[in-house]
Amino acid sequence: MKLVTAIIKPFKLDDVRQTLSDLGVKGITVTEVKGFGRQRGHTELYRGAEYVVDFLPKVKIELAVDDEVVEQAIEAITNSARTGKIGDGKIFVTDLTQVIRIRTGETGPEAV
Amino acid sequence: MEQIAELGNSVAELSYALDTFYFLVCGALVMWMAAGFAMLEAGLVRSKNTTEILAKNVALYAIACTMYMVCGYSIMYGGGDFTLFLQGIVGDGVAGADEPATYAPSADFFFQVVFVATAMSIVSGAVAERMKLWSFLIFAVFMTGFIYPMEGSWTWGGEAVFGMFSLGDNGFSDFAGSGIVHMAGAAAALAGVLLLGPRKGKYGPKGKINAIPGANLPLATLGTFILWLGWFGFNGGSVLATATVDSANAVAVVFMNTNAAAAGGLIAALVTAKIVFGKADLTMALNGALAGLVAITAEPSTPTPLLATLFGGLGGVLVVFSIVTLDKLRVDDPVGAISVHGVVGLLGLLLVPITNPLTEDGGASFGGQLLGAATIFIWVFVASAIVWFALKLTMGIRVTEEEEYDGVDLAECGMEAYPEFTTTEV
Repeated sequence: MKLVTAIIKPFKLDDVRQTLSDLGVKGITVTEVKGFGRQRGHTELYRGAEYVVDFLPKVKIELAVDDEVVEQAIEAITNSARTGKIGDGKIFVTDLTQVIRIRTGETGPEAV
Repeated sequence: MEQIAELGNSVAELSYALDTFYFLVCGALVMWMAAGFAMLEAGLVRSKNTTEILAKNVALYAIACTMYMVCGYSIMYGGGDFTLFLQGIVGDGVAGADEPATYAPSADFFFQVVFVATAMSIVSGAVAERMKLWSFLIFAVFMTGFIYPMEGSWTWGGEAVFGMFSLGDNGFSDFAGSGIVHMAGAAAALAGVLLLGPRKGKYGPKGKINAIPGANLPLATLGTFILWLGWFGFNGGSVLATATVDSANAVAVVFMNTNAAAAGGLIAALVTAKIVFGKADLTMALNGALAGLVAITAEPSTPTPLLATLFGGLGGVLVVFSIVTLDKLRVDDPVGAISVHGVVGLLGLLLVPITNPLTEDGGASFGGQLLGAATIFIWVFVASAIVWFALKLTMGIRVTEEEEYDGVDLAECGMEAYPEFTTTEV
């Protein structure tokens, strides 16, 4: 089992959710986050004084998937979240040692 | 004959009733300006200071109403006969008055009292995000019970300034209070801000000015619209009557010009911000509408609609440059109150002689306006500075650095405006 964590542009969330559902992914967790990458920040203006916004708003999605679905999930996210411009985000994949469904106590791939 | 006399009486009673009703409705509109100030200020501070600025706004309104009842109204309009708790105001007229009242005296008190609250509301925005709640409220007691009523007695009250000279005789005229209410509030605010110092992080080394963006621009916009609405009562009610054709016409002109000036101020400030900063700064546009309103308040009944728009526009341009200049001088005013009400309040006074020059029937002269402005400003600034300074020496006026960092909501009110992750366990 793997944990796929993707940082994407907020307005792409709907597309990503749709392609992941089509793939049969049973659930994702979404968090509004801020950060910087190569896109860096930008300046804004308030009452004549400029200020730098260092951290841009992004959306973080997390999903636990079976090993055989990982590549498809990555491809789905990559395709649906890409605009080709700087700031499209990143995908991190980590090993998942255990998954437990709280309601039933199921563990492992059954709980994913 | 008898029937004609009876008819005359009925008309007089109807006129009394109508003027009283009009006064009360206008007073209620001005009362609603307290909501406008509360929303504007809540929108332009950071979210960690929201509860405290709202607490200040509701409390100052209540204090203003109470102190004006206790002694303020009598100082301002008592004509030297000082009484406490509105003694002398009875249902059907002021006891011992020379002429019969043309509207209910209690309505006059109600209309005047909401003006005091307006003057005090101006102060809360300028000292926001760093002043101690209770020091502010104690200042409100002095401002609404004594400082404002004193200058009010020299202007609308018709008394001589400390028995020395009369402003009215010297060609001073302020229709609804550009100077008496707005500049007075700004003078008290300026004294407070100078003794208080800027918010932490507002100004950096080498003249750097840091932006501290307000948390909620929808609230600030709503507040501006509420103030705009309330201003029809502020200026419209200051005609003091509506039950004759002449006074009804005057009221209509005042409504029209007040609205025109606000529109002119908003457009002018928006365009000025776009030219000067390159972006259409909403907060400047909001300040511009208020500046237009303040600019026309000293004389909304004599300009043409076009002139009213231009006067408002002048206020809108001036307010943008005033806000930028005060920032360069390191006078930190989070909501721009000193610029909107003080600088533009002075402009409003100086515009009066253009459309209402001094004649035998009244009006204003430039000299008289300058004398009045100087009298109001010096009195309110000095008296306020003394009170602020006394508070600073005794209980302090500024929260600690740590409290300022955490937000005055927690330090002063012990609650957040937008609580998250709360639990029931203590």
